[in-house]
Amino acid sequence: MLAAVIVLVILCGWEAIVQGEAVDELILPAPSAVATSLWEDRAILGPDLAVTGQEVLAGLLAAVALGAALGVGMHVSPAVRRALRPLVIGSQAVPVPVIAPLLILVLGFGLAPKILLVALVCFFPVAINLYDGLRRVDPDASKLLRSFDASRWQTFRLLEAPAALPAAFTGLKVAAAVSVIGAVFAEWAGSDSGLGHALLTANGQLETARAFAATFLLFALAVGLYGLFALLERRVVTWK
Amino acid sequence: MRTQTEAPVVEPRHVQSDHAGMTLSGVAKAFGAVRALDGIDLEVRPRETVAVVGPSGCGKTTLLELVCGLLQPDGGVLHSAPAALMPQRDGLLPWLSALDNAGLALRVAGRSKAEAREAAREHFAAFGLEGFERTRPAELSGGMRQRVAFLRTLLAGRPVLCLDEPFGALDALTRAQLQRWLAGALVREPRTVLLVTHDVEEAVLLADRIVLLSPRPGRVVAELEVDLPRPRERTDPAVVELRERALNALGVV
Repeated sequence: MLAAVIVLVILCGWEAIVQGEAVDELILPAPSAVATSLWEDRAILGPDLAVTGQEVLAGLLAAVALGAALGVGMHVSPAVRRALRPLVIGSQAVPVPVIAPLLILVLGFGLAPKILLVALVCFFPVAINLYDGLRRVDPDASKLLRSFDASRWQTFRLLEAPAALPAAFTGLKVAAAVSVIGAVFAEWAGSDSGLGHALLTANGQLETARAFAATFLLFALAVGLYGLFALLERRVVTWK
Repeated sequence: MRTQTEAPVVEPRHVQSDHAGMTLSGVAKAFGAVRALDGIDLEVRPRETVAVVGPSGCGKTTLLELVCGLLQPDGGVLHSAPAALMPQRDGLLPWLSALDNAGLALRVAGRSKAEAREAAREHFAAFGLEGFERTRPAELSGGMRQRVAFLRTLLAGRPVLCLDEPFGALDALTRAQLQRWLAGALVREPRTVLLVTHDVEEAVLLADRIVLLSPRPGRVVAELEVDLPRPRERTDPAVVELRERALNALGVV
């Protein structure tokens, strides 16, 4: 509610500044112009939204699979932890704009490099949060299960996995928020569709309002995905 | 499981014996340079309730973890029937209902969810938990949480119960109610009980025998028989007298 009020205030101020011709509309289009572009350019932006949405969803799916496997693997096996943790952390030091063109070179202009780049950006928060969550169990509950002679698998299923769920959802929400960044960089490195591509072309054509409209859709995509995971979390983590 | 091959006595051992009591002789445990327990001798007869009282940090919790097989002694011999632990903080799983928490040991033992629930449900009325079967721990009162935790320990089906300061975190009124309740529950479901507490009065009210431990490294400094009829009242002169004797032996009074 408060967020809506703040957004409304910002939009009104922004509109007033542009209407008052304090800035050039080529540099900063009015919110009304962006809204108009959203509607009038829907035939261009709609398919681009679908393409980017597809990249982000497939990339997130891959990131969740990879992140979950890594998080659980590092938790249950010290050997896996020692072998992979430096690589996992190191993977986040690689600048996305640098690696994007390389991926395009190797994998071509199709969907594959985009999915891979989104997955590369997103698997880290999933893996690390899950790994931390799995370790953060109530020591008393852990003693209790050991006194019941619980197997490794039972300890995982009855204690560690449920205990890690809130942290895992934190990882998912962070991943959702940053996923579009990966998709945009991948599209900038080589693509003929998607919102990142639309952003580039609109900029080149001095269609600033359309560039803002594309940015707005990216924003909405990230917020929407975040909201989806938050909703899912509320349905699953019912004990908090 | 009986392991009766004669190993040298100095060999640290934890052996599960068939009879429902326990025998500790010269049991020692250290954590690095810190000696937690130093030569504990203790005999608990089947269906006896023994309270272990001592200053904080004297290794009481370590003693229970040794008896439950969570730790191995560094020295001495420990024979015990299979024991179930009730940890200091209840250790209830926040995502499980009271019913599922109570039946947790049965799930671990391989019984189905439905079977575990059925077994737990039978006791809910007697434990004053009726109507709270589906309630999660966060919505239960402190006293109810302890009762769920105790039922969970009971349903593990082991002859020995190791209770680690079960009422330590409760307010005085709830603690008094639960002490009375536990005494009743043990009459209905007699077990061998090792009750760790820092509350001497609680020990006098509940135990057949009180074992007093020294400050770290813990060793048995005195044993008191509590030969009083049940139910016991805290205002009973015999209870008061025994409490004073215990405090005296601990060097408090």
